[in-house]
Amino acid sequence: MQQLLNGLFIGSIYALFAIGFTLVFGILDRLNLAHPAVFAASAFVGIGLAEAFELSIWVILVLVFLFGAVLGLVIERVAFRPLKNRPDAHFAGLIASIAMAGMIVAVLQAFFGPQTRRFPEGTAPEGKVELFGASATYVQLAIVVICIGLVIALNVLVKRSSLGRSMRAVAENPTAARVLGINVDRVTAMTFSISSALGAVAGVLFALNVNSAQLGMGTAIELKGLAVIIVGGMGSLPGALVGGLVLGVAEVFAIQYIGSSWRDFIAFALLFVILLLMPQGIFGKRKVREV
Amino acid sequence: MKMKLRAAAVVSASALLLAGCSTGGDGGTGGDGGGLVGTGSGESCVIESPVKVGAALSLTGGAGSYGVSQQQGLELALAELNEAKGIEYKLSVEDDASEPRQGISVMEGFVGDGTSIVLGPTLSNTAVAAMPIATEASMPVMGISTTAGGITDIGDYVFRDSLTEAQVIPQTIDAVIDEYSLKKVVVMYSNDDAFTESGYEVMAEALEDTDVEVLDTLTFSKADTDFRSLLTAAKDKNPDAIVVSALIEAAIPLVTQARELGIDQPIVGGNGFNNPKLMADAGAAAEGVVVGAAWNSASDNAENQAFLTAYEEKFGAQPDQFAAQAYSALYLIDDAIRSTCSAERSDLRDSLAQLKDVATPLGAVTINKNRDAEHPAVVQIVKDGKFAVLR
Repeated sequence: MQQLLNGLFIGSIYALFAIGFTLVFGILDRLNLAHPAVFAASAFVGIGLAEAFELSIWVILVLVFLFGAVLGLVIERVAFRPLKNRPDAHFAGLIASIAMAGMIVAVLQAFFGPQTRRFPEGTAPEGKVELFGASATYVQLAIVVICIGLVIALNVLVKRSSLGRSMRAVAENPTAARVLGINVDRVTAMTFSISSALGAVAGVLFALNVNSAQLGMGTAIELKGLAVIIVGGMGSLPGALVGGLVLGVAEVFAIQYIGSSWRDFIAFALLFVILLLMPQGIFGKRKVREV
Repeated sequence: MKMKLRAAAVVSASALLLAGCSTGGDGGTGGDGGGLVGTGSGESCVIESPVKVGAALSLTGGAGSYGVSQQQGLELALAELNEAKGIEYKLSVEDDASEPRQGISVMEGFVGDGTSIVLGPTLSNTAVAAMPIATEASMPVMGISTTAGGITDIGDYVFRDSLTEAQVIPQTIDAVIDEYSLKKVVVMYSNDDAFTESGYEVMAEALEDTDVEVLDTLTFSKADTDFRSLLTAAKDKNPDAIVVSALIEAAIPLVTQARELGIDQPIVGGNGFNNPKLMADAGAAAEGVVVGAAWNSASDNAENQAFLTAYEEKFGAQPDQFAAQAYSALYLIDDAIRSTCSAERSDLRDSLAQLKDVATPLGAVTINKNRDAEHPAVVQIVKDGKFAVLR
């Protein structure tokens, strides 16, 4: 039971990380590899805020959400928009976002140094609850709740709001959307902003959950995040949630029943199996790519 | 492995170079010769010429903070030794800049100016490059912070007073088994890092020599920070202790999460855990973590207590392990020189190799047949947020 919970908690983190990733991918068809850097940056900024002002974790989450939103706008403006009309815009954006990630991490290192950091004691409510004979910390429970909450909220946003309608129109066909009078640049910027804000929240929760924040923390989880969005169905928000949980639980059971050295092997083998059986991922829709 | 190959390459390259210009002599003291053989023995030994001792330390560069500690340890020992009659030591400290290349030039300088022995370089990496220069010139060198494998294999003139992990870990494990009457343990290590993997091998070997059963060996990656599922698997086996080889970055979340999952058994760490950050960052969760070390400020032997007081008085700060090992090295050298009353390079080499049970702040030091120092490791346990002596 404890292991199942462990899997769900790791999985929620993967999902939370992947939701932002998959949003940009699903709507804009761009892979933003600066996302892991946002994840790390927000954790360090959150720790910096907690140390300097002794804020409660809720205030920090809101501030970091805003920080992530702004960082997302910057990434879009610097790394993606100047390249958007190039014939190889997908690839150019990919590379530009890797460069962006390198710069963000370098700035972090200049400000915070290479050392591992952690939130000061008492930032988040400490303590744990017993669930079916297993234990879970408040932070872990909060992660699951926040994760599910964000997926629902995002789904509502995309399905019901006018911004969501514009996003879907852009996802369907950017040129047609522009003809229809949708400000594609604005929708693109908003999508990046929401995506990075989610990544930022994920970074803070992750650092709290494992009591450690490192410059490379985003890189360590990046590949898992990509696996999650592929397993879940590229661009699908519920898919990211389910994909994250599937990967988390798979890892834990690999450790429990096969051997710790085989964890990543099993997790990524699962990726292949799902892709073979369901090429679109669990929640993916068949998409016809126009050339 | 890479390190060894490189060491071998450096050694053989310098051997080739020097073979051409070997003088065929007995590897004399170079420079001023004579005068370094005194009269009398032990405490009554009198040597006419001042004895030159060199130190190649990383005063700048990546290891800068270690080098400065070492320099202070040496200065303290120098002042104390020069108060005794008979031998006057002249210490010259050069900066190796934490760099192999500069380490080589510094060592070449010492070889040429009649220095009896050189301490350092600070980093193993630099030592591997610079020590062969000394060996070829038959000048003794003593590592005072180098813990990598293969250092003393460089040549007969290479000594070291810094305990290696291979020496510390078995002593730590024995002490823990004794203290907690361990019967069964789970071992965990990160298998994608050379340092932690070699630490694990030493642990596994040490455990094999005992009656303790290893219930399971779990691996993780050095970049991992979520250990809950591994720790749950470990907890299910119900071990008496968990033995871990990990760097401090992984050690902190590992320890925190273990306590959170209700694992209250001792956690035994390798040298990666030997860092005050453990207590600073893991907080109360670090309580009960056991780590072996070459030196602990709390050791209560008389030499150590005297060292602590003198250091504090001279520098207004607490010494660290680097200062203690540097300080002790100069005492070992003094003991060796006095035993034959000669500071000639080749005599000093021979007398250093004979050292036995010399009292130092590190404990009673004996030089073994590999020219490595042997002395009891200090087994520390985290208690009230500080490292205390387990025994």
